[in-house]
Amino acid sequence: MTPVFLLTDLALWGVLTLAAAYAWSARRALHLRAPWQRVRQQPVAMAAAVILLLHVGVALLDSIHFLPAEAAGKDATREPLSLLDLAVRPLREGTETSYSAPFALVAFDRESRLQPDGSMRREFPRLVHGGAHLQDDSARGVDILKRGALGAAGGVLLGLLLTQLLWPGWWRARADDRAATAAAVTLLAVGALVGALGVLALRYHVFGTDKVGTDVLYQSLKSIRTGLLIGTLTTLITLPFALALGIAAGYWRGLVDDIVQYLYTTLASIPGVLLVAASALLLDAAMTRHAEAFTSIVVRSDLRLLALCAILGLTSWTGLCRLLRAEALKLRESEFVRAAEALGVRGVTILWRHLLPNVMHIVIIATVLDFSGLVLAEAALTYIDIGVDPGMESWGNMINAARLELARQPAVWWSLAAALVWMFGLVLAANLFADAVRAAFDPRARDALATSTTPEPNARD
Amino acid sequence: MIAYFVRRLLYAIPILLGVNVLTFALFFLVNTPDDMARMQLGNRRVTQEAIEQWKADRGYNRPVFWHAAQAGSAKLTDTLFFDSTRRLFTFDFGKSDAGRDISEDLRQRMWPSLVIALPSLLIGLGCALSAALVLAWLAGSRLDFWGGVICVGMMSVSGLFYIIGGQWLLAKLWRIAPISGYGDGLEIARFVLLPVLVSVLAGLGGMVRWYRALLLEELGKDYVRTARAKGLPDGLVMWAHVLRNALIPVLTGVVVLLPSLFMGALITEAFFAIPGLGSYTIEALQAQDFAAVRVMVFLGSLLYIVGLLLTDLSYVLVDPRVRLE
Repeated sequence: MTPVFLLTDLALWGVLTLAAAYAWSARRALHLRAPWQRVRQQPVAMAAAVILLLHVGVALLDSIHFLPAEAAGKDATREPLSLLDLAVRPLREGTETSYSAPFALVAFDRESRLQPDGSMRREFPRLVHGGAHLQDDSARGVDILKRGALGAAGGVLLGLLLTQLLWPGWWRARADDRAATAAAVTLLAVGALVGALGVLALRYHVFGTDKVGTDVLYQSLKSIRTGLLIGTLTTLITLPFALALGIAAGYWRGLVDDIVQYLYTTLASIPGVLLVAASALLLDAAMTRHAEAFTSIVVRSDLRLLALCAILGLTSWTGLCRLLRAEALKLRESEFVRAAEALGVRGVTILWRHLLPNVMHIVIIATVLDFSGLVLAEAALTYIDIGVDPGMESWGNMINAARLELARQPAVWWSLAAALVWMFGLVLAANLFADAVRAAFDPRARDALATSTTPEPNARD
Repeated sequence: MIAYFVRRLLYAIPILLGVNVLTFALFFLVNTPDDMARMQLGNRRVTQEAIEQWKADRGYNRPVFWHAAQAGSAKLTDTLFFDSTRRLFTFDFGKSDAGRDISEDLRQRMWPSLVIALPSLLIGLGCALSAALVLAWLAGSRLDFWGGVICVGMMSVSGLFYIIGGQWLLAKLWRIAPISGYGDGLEIARFVLLPVLVSVLAGLGGMVRWYRALLLEELGKDYVRTARAKGLPDGLVMWAHVLRNALIPVLTGVVVLLPSLFMGALITEAFFAIPGLGSYTIEALQAQDFAAVRVMVFLGSLLYIVGLLLTDLSYVLVDPRVRLE
């Protein structure tokens, strides 16, 4: 087993390191800690955070790659695997020949089969893995219920254990800490769901299989990493541009401001999708021309994903840059900046020490707000063939592959449903969390929240 | 004020130049004219002469930015970039690389885009405003809470869900509208129904929340308190005071979009096979038709800049506090 470091792996771990570094500094400084504590007190935000953290966990597991030892002999199958692949091995290896519905015992399409008496008959072939353990097909319903209940119970127990580990004595304090209760309840609910799905997935294709027989649950799990990468890495790429240019333009004004304003007006005046589409199609052309440079499918789709993040990032820093410039324009007139200037502090130092920390709340709000939009954008872009590589697992690719099958009778709906529902869950959690973060960090939103929760604005004093 | 607009219009020239430089750089960074010729002529069995001929017909045999062989100012002017930019600025779009007249294509394909985009905008605006009015009026109530929940839910649903769900429900199950495509005469209404419905639904959640926030901000201001203190009924305060003031940011947000409506919605048109300018752009990109893409990028930027100008103008018209210098 040789470890493999894909570029996106490094990027994702890099994002994690940055987040950890931020958390470390936020713990020590009161003014950074206070807004996060306000987020911590919101039950909805904490429930959403649990779901987001679970997704991050899956994505990180999926970001440690290695070359499997058993495939070392035959070069054709030397695609790197991740820890997640290892953890859900039955899902990955339990492939069928083609479509099958969720919990199905037989395939979706008929096949001609030679009967023992020599005649040909068209019938639904039995699945190789789905429900293979059943002696009697009519016992399927009871079996699903039993295994599901067992898995759910196990999941809840595991969730309880985890809650107890993370926060001993949570059940005693639940009355006065609603946020923690919400987090614990979410953890238990997700635990039950994961437990039930996990136990059932050992014996059935819980979400069915796709055209080439891959388990849809496995695809959905692998898509998490793609979605999270696009959601975080893109914003990370925009930050240096938006921060450096925005603050510099706002602080120095004059020529610098003119140039920066010209840059972002020019970039923003090109319709966004058009710019992304042009860049993505050109990237396509370049990659087909240098097809021999990519040693494996994984490496190619990995590079394509990274390039997509870069394209999205380079075309979307203008909005944040404009906000930061406006904030810097305000801050440069404030007394602490004036004082620093009077003391002879150099411009670059003022930017770094005085302006940057004071616009960080805008950066944090923008980062969490952009995340959900980017996850959704991936699916839409992939759908019109300018998104991630077709060989890469992503929700967009799942939807893309499934859309033509909807026209069949009966419809093949499960890949589509799995991708859409999973995306909805993740994006909803991200949106709810982003709302809480914005309410906690943005002074204006905080005031608006205060007035909206007070029933009679004029009865306050 | 006239001086202001003249200055802004002049400022548009360097921006459009920059946009054009960017388009050129993007295209020629990864593509050579030879690649484009092969793409257009079909990859197999193309002779070098045919490629040279194709390039000569379209002027791609000249250098892109800098013609070193020429003397004096011709170094700059006898180039692909200078020539095509000069023609773009005079709205002489010429022929696409596939040989079609671009201006003619634009005139034809503008209308389907407009037929989709304008109703989507107006209906979306109407629905979002009325919903936001109700929610802001009942701020803090249970209806407001659940309205907010539904909005966040709608924002979290992928746009693809609305498209695929809409096609499945309206076209396959109820057979009210065709799945995609476009027709003539009164037929259009049937084809337009689904794309418009989908665009409205997809944007509704975010719009309602944004408008509700705007209305609440106005509701918290002093003049509202004064009006209420004088004993004006709530409904009158809402209609005559709050709505009128909250409409200023709404209106200006819409005005900036108006010119761009001609360009069509790239993604919606691609999904529903609407023969508008959005799908025209996508087709041109996929065929690497540089001449057509160049024109579309140029027009898109120009209309955006016009939109910004109109925004400024509408501020002056609706808000007497704003003076442009």
